[in-house]
Amino acid sequence: MAEKFFGKAMKRVEDPRFITGSGNYTDDMVLPGMVHVAMVRSPYAHARIKKIDPSKALAMPGVLAVITGQEMIEAGIKSIPTGWLHPGIKTPPHYAITPDKARHVGDIVAAVVAETRQLAEDAAQMVEVEYEPLPAVALGSDALKPGAPAVHDDIPDNICFTWSIGDKAATDAAFEKAYKTVRLNLRNNRLVPNAMEPRSSLAQYHHASGEFTLYTTSQNPHIHRLIIAAFVMGIPEHKLRVIAPDVGGGFGSKIYQYPEEIIVLYASKKLNRPVKWTARRSESFAMDSHGRDHETVAEMAVDKDGKILAVRVETIANMGAYLTTFAPAVPTYLYGCLLAGPYTTPHIYCHVTAPFTHTTPVDAYRGAGRPEATYLLERLVDVAAQELGMDPVELRRRNLIPPEAFPYQTPVALVYDSGNYEAALNRALEMVDYAALRKQQEEWRKQGRYMGIGVVTYIEACGLAPSALVGSLGAQAGQWESALVRVMPTGKVEVFTGTHSHGQGHETAFAQVVADELQIPVEDVVLVHGDTGRMPYGWGSYGSRSAPTGLSAIVLAARKIVDKAKRIAAHLLEAAPEDIVHEDGKFMVRGVPEKAKTFFDIALQAHLAHNYPADLEPGLEATHFYDPKNFVYPFGTHIAVVEVDPDTGKVKLLRYLSVDDCGPVINPLIAEGQVHGGIAQGLGQALLEEAVYDKEGQFLSANLLEYALPRADDMVQIEHDHTVTPCPHNPLGVKGIGEAGTIASTAAVANAVMDALRPFGIKHLDMPYTPEKVWRAIHGSRLAQAAD
Amino acid sequence: MEKVKISVTVNGQTHHSEVEPRLLLVHYLREHLGLTGTHVGCDTSQCGACTVHVDGQAVKSCTMFAVQADGCQITTIEGLAADGKLHPVQEGFWEMHGLQCGFCTPGMIMAVVDLLNQNPNPSEAEIRHALEGNLCRCTGYHNIIKAVQYAAQKMAKAGMTAAAD
Repeated sequence: MAEKFFGKAMKRVEDPRFITGSGNYTDDMVLPGMVHVAMVRSPYAHARIKKIDPSKALAMPGVLAVITGQEMIEAGIKSIPTGWLHPGIKTPPHYAITPDKARHVGDIVAAVVAETRQLAEDAAQMVEVEYEPLPAVALGSDALKPGAPAVHDDIPDNICFTWSIGDKAATDAAFEKAYKTVRLNLRNNRLVPNAMEPRSSLAQYHHASGEFTLYTTSQNPHIHRLIIAAFVMGIPEHKLRVIAPDVGGGFGSKIYQYPEEIIVLYASKKLNRPVKWTARRSESFAMDSHGRDHETVAEMAVDKDGKILAVRVETIANMGAYLTTFAPAVPTYLYGCLLAGPYTTPHIYCHVTAPFTHTTPVDAYRGAGRPEATYLLERLVDVAAQELGMDPVELRRRNLIPPEAFPYQTPVALVYDSGNYEAALNRALEMVDYAALRKQQEEWRKQGRYMGIGVVTYIEACGLAPSALVGSLGAQAGQWESALVRVMPTGKVEVFTGTHSHGQGHETAFAQVVADELQIPVEDVVLVHGDTGRMPYGWGSYGSRSAPTGLSAIVLAARKIVDKAKRIAAHLLEAAPEDIVHEDGKFMVRGVPEKAKTFFDIALQAHLAHNYPADLEPGLEATHFYDPKNFVYPFGTHIAVVEVDPDTGKVKLLRYLSVDDCGPVINPLIAEGQVHGGIAQGLGQALLEEAVYDKEGQFLSANLLEYALPRADDMVQIEHDHTVTPCPHNPLGVKGIGEAGTIASTAAVANAVMDALRPFGIKHLDMPYTPEKVWRAIHGSRLAQAAD
Repeated sequence: MEKVKISVTVNGQTHHSEVEPRLLLVHYLREHLGLTGTHVGCDTSQCGACTVHVDGQAVKSCTMFAVQADGCQITTIEGLAADGKLHPVQEGFWEMHGLQCGFCTPGMIMAVVDLLNQNPNPSEAEIRHALEGNLCRCTGYHNIIKAVQYAAQKMAKAGMTAAAD
């Protein structure tokens, strides 16, 4: 039998370059004649730019240019568009360099090009900008108040769009007659994605041909090429090559079309020199699109048996100063449509108001809308259980969609294709020994120790996305994916994908699958990605789409190769094509194993074409464009166990376990790694992370000194298992796993902390649960009890 | 700006350079010597991606000037594998899937080598404490812990104490 690679925990083929320091990240590249650009950024959240005097900067030896917004507009550079439109949405201009006003701290006001980075940064300090500071607004609800400062002059009410889903009348009616209703005011804290590699872009203009090459930290190089070529710079699409080499994490933040990429391209042509920009971490904080930032009133109606009757949600979703590429989709289709969760809730209504504010733009960050939906739903379930005097696991169990109900139409548009939610819940409870843990919690409480147990049952919709469906919802792009499988004369195989790997291990996992399809050694397969000059068109990696959507395209292309190989084999073996079987790494005549050709024989003949079917094209390569029929719906149960120290307010994670279902697992090492990292990021939101602005829009947590990320001793070793419920509508049955950890873990940790704080009578705290916040809550309630 | 002459031995090779006094060691390594395996992940010495060894000790190379390294012996990630053979810590990261995007990895590996040089058999708590200065955004640290444990066992078996330095 040919060796099977699907399901094997293979070590990654990517790793040798990374563990020896031989990775090739954008900032590692040096081109002959390369110069550097540094940005002049607004220190104000809102200010009119009255005058820019570049003379002192230009007088410094080695400074080559100071570029302003006005200059770029006069040169024909257009506004950066957003990629998702709702009816009635306001899309104000978003210029790479703002020509008139700064609208958030870090907004680019000018760009300085110089021979070295140090010189460019020195010279940026010498550009004299005369600002007229203006009143600013940072919080979404503040931006909606009458008389709030307008972010864009022609949008005086600051409303970018409003959006709703679900049957309001039926939902309201269900609340009217409910046995109990619960209501929470929730603030979903704003986050800074913080991929470890800061963004970087290097542009080269080839003046003889008029071609540009852009090396950039991107999750989706084709999207950049399309936006830059067609909408912003008017470069003919075939004269712009975008290369995303090794990219050090993305988590959404490297999807978007940012100003800096436009600026380096513009400067490279202006100066006819390669131009590089690399973000300092503080620039990443000010410029990389942030995540979350919701203010929500969430309500749940239940009957006396704990059946959820209805969910009603009113959310203010802060868009920041400008719309980046996916922004309008995040607090709407990726959020409101997820509010059924894994439950049979019959009535759901969600209304969203999305204001502009004088803050960094907000867009998709790992999970993107789905963690926000899961957080509010799972908090509501816990609070409802408390109100009913019911165990929160029991309330969940009574509401889970049963396995026989699939496909399941939710009241918020989605049709879940498959699921077995209770199996994952049972496995997680068994792993943690839930009954024993609750008993231990009781005993600890008697001793003055405060353990909290947070259980979350979640689903997500990912594998973006059926193109016609998302098109009807406002997407300005297709969401299918492409693949090209190219067999070389020696039987070695190049696989080209439109998805991009920036930590996900596609070079390993995708090769495993292709090797199985073609029945060849895994080391004979190489994955090529991240270069518009080499791959067919593609839409990149985000929304946990690479395996369900990108890999489906690859598999179907590989199957075309096998079909063609059978026809070549039939010719060589003088048999009918339908009598050729592909087994054991060979193409053989059914029942006559000695009449066989190897993959190598076929590959060679396909290229020599000396002895070849007359009706067949030479060569052996196949392209497939795969448009998924539906989203895929991973699910699972996560359980967090924490202890709160009442004297310090410190939350300590004691245990974390997850049971996830992403269908058949291609490479357990990689899939579990995705879960671990996702859980840490979700825990970061619950315990540590918050992007804080003051009332005037000053960014107070603007670098890693002021913004806490999870460190090694914030985490524990994660206990993990999985169930396998294949997706019924893609060739491998696989579902995404990149975001699941983040979607579930924020809510799991939040529920655990609030469970620990129950004895203090604390019903709700907003994240992050910093020691100070928890201590104040405990001691506030103790003081109140003492006063009673 | 006036330049200063320095001699620095990096991965066994001595370099004589003239540098600005304000040049950070990490930029000297990356831009002057082309050793781009050492990464810059922040501007406040929080992330540890730039960790190298200076005279055998792990140092965030953004926290010192190149001129302060004059006369020092420096090991970077590029110099860790001896004669093309991976250091057990490198091997551990590979075996245990201790990396995803790879950006924090060189600094993380250099920090771990220093830890194991000082404490050949660390507990999980000691490993977590020792890696406080190195941020990873991909792995949740789970497999990094396992990579360190793998390396510790492997080094103990091989009778290795101090490694590449």
